[in-house]
Amino acid sequence: MKWVFQINEISLGPGIARTYALAGLGVLLVIYPLVVNDYWAMVGNFYGIYVLLGCSLNLIVGDAGLFNLGHAAFYAVGAYSTAILNTRWHVPTLVLLPLSAALAAMFAVVISKPILHLRGDYLCIVTIGFGEIVRIALYQNPFGLTGGPNGIFGIGRPSLFGFVFRRPWHYFYLIWAFVVLTIFAMRRLEESRLGRAWNCIREDDLAAEAMGIDTARLKLLAFALGAGVAGIAGNLFASNMTVIAPESFSFWESVLMFCIVVLGGPGSVPGVIIGAFGMFVLPELFRGFFLRSRLLVFGAAMVAMMLFRPEGLLPVQQWKRAAESRGEGARRAAAV
Amino acid sequence: MEQLLQQLVNGITVGSVYALVALGYTMVYGILRLINFAHGEMFMLGSYFALTLIVSTRVGVLQLVPNVLLGLLLVFLFSMGLVSTVGVVVERVAYRPLRRSTRLAPIVSALGASLFIQNAVMLTYGTQYQVFPEGLLPTTVWRVFGVEVTLMRVIVLAISLGLMAALYAFVQKTPLGTAIRATALDHDAARLMGIDVDRIILTVFLIGPALGAAGGIMVGLYYRQINFTMGWTYGLKAFTAAIMGGIGNIPGAMVGGLLLGILETLGAGYISTGWKDAFAFVILIAILILRPTGLLGERVAEKT
Repeated sequence: MKWVFQINEISLGPGIARTYALAGLGVLLVIYPLVVNDYWAMVGNFYGIYVLLGCSLNLIVGDAGLFNLGHAAFYAVGAYSTAILNTRWHVPTLVLLPLSAALAAMFAVVISKPILHLRGDYLCIVTIGFGEIVRIALYQNPFGLTGGPNGIFGIGRPSLFGFVFRRPWHYFYLIWAFVVLTIFAMRRLEESRLGRAWNCIREDDLAAEAMGIDTARLKLLAFALGAGVAGIAGNLFASNMTVIAPESFSFWESVLMFCIVVLGGPGSVPGVIIGAFGMFVLPELFRGFFLRSRLLVFGAAMVAMMLFRPEGLLPVQQWKRAAESRGEGARRAAAV
Repeated sequence: MEQLLQQLVNGITVGSVYALVALGYTMVYGILRLINFAHGEMFMLGSYFALTLIVSTRVGVLQLVPNVLLGLLLVFLFSMGLVSTVGVVVERVAYRPLRRSTRLAPIVSALGASLFIQNAVMLTYGTQYQVFPEGLLPTTVWRVFGVEVTLMRVIVLAISLGLMAALYAFVQKTPLGTAIRATALDHDAARLMGIDVDRIILTVFLIGPALGAAGGIMVGLYYRQINFTMGWTYGLKAFTAAIMGGIGNIPGAMVGGLLLGILETLGAGYISTGWKDAFAFVILIAILILRPTGLLGERVAEKT
């Protein structure tokens, strides 16, 4: 009879620890904005936005294995559509949230449809190209819509049932509500049929095709969903800042999101949370120490991280196993 | 008509620089299937090293070397050598340990190396534009069929075409060049033929950065203003050129660079200057949609 007990304990143990850890994080999320000043609440807000962006790019790069180094374009579509519609026609920003997501997703479908047959590095450079075209378009102020280099200011603050989000800590709850929702959705997605199909495409898209997976449609869907979430992040960013300008959507921003995904471990949602912490919050914490050499240290740290943990900080188990067996194969080959 | 010819001449000049930088990308990609995002910084470093050498030895004002052209030649050789060293160090530190790893890790490592070099230069020289001294070379202008051709343009064209021809001859005719082509085709088979693959990779990381540095020096001499961020823009465009020609393909990079320079100048001249940087990418996307392997590219196998 004893062994039944043991099984129970084993299966219960980690579950309970997990519940406690999650509850602890939840409490921390609720208390954090109440105890810190506006500056650190703002840091928390940006952290949330980067987690959202990381999750959305993780869907494309981590789950479906499509190299996208122009994710800032979708983020920009979300932010600018909110800003333009709000400042011109005074549509409330929260109403625009689903609209921005839909517009970003549609934009993604339009631009990624003709390029999905490209593989790996070709896709990478084309997405960089799209990102740059969008950034240049924002600077060039087409039809007087984007406000050129100055951007758009006076974006309305969101309001919910008469409550207007004004202070950074108000936004903190708004943004993190979406973060929690997105994380939950991503976890569900990962374990679904769709998530498994994406992973299959990532590992080998020819084999996936042979298994009857409609790879073209699913790749398009990964882009559309990822861009939609990035659009939500853009909307939250625009209403949080009330001012947006093209430099927030530069190539560097896309690089940052890409690094969040790879540093955390591609395909892993906890990895994104850690990755965004490392790429955004840590440099913020050290801002006082090396003011000028911050990015120098940052670059060196990126290289060092990849050398010591090429699979990311919190890799998905499958990835880890694949990397290990490949390494072992290589070592065996070298020995022979 | 004259305007068109003038634009063509301008385009070819810029394009030859793109081609030089593109060669570095394409050679590294051909051998390692790696987008060397730090290559743009090699271009930028070349420019900064040359500026430092010119200012400190006062080439042209003639303290050390009386002849300007000889002085500039030495500046080229020294800067290219220095940048090659940096290139080899980057390969050793940031790429070699990741050669057998996943495909995403080297991309991030390359981006990190690029950020590091950029900021190292920024901390050394400051954020403002650096200016090359005036009057290094006489501003001779020839008029050919109503087209203005400056001495600087002729020099840029001569140097880039010369370097490209030399590289082509080296890769096609010498044993080491043959070994490079063999390694690009198949590492393991090359190793079985007695080729030291590590040495080939080292060679590629010596040649690529040196060519990129030459491009950077010429841009510095030509536009006279340089900035620590210029590696991003030129690097991205040169990479575009490499893809346009078919990545991994050396003549392709040359054709792609020249074509990109010409199309971009024509676009800026006849359509809009503000959108100049966007043309490169529009052309790139168009080419990849119509011909996914680039103009001269054959299918390059994906690294698994």
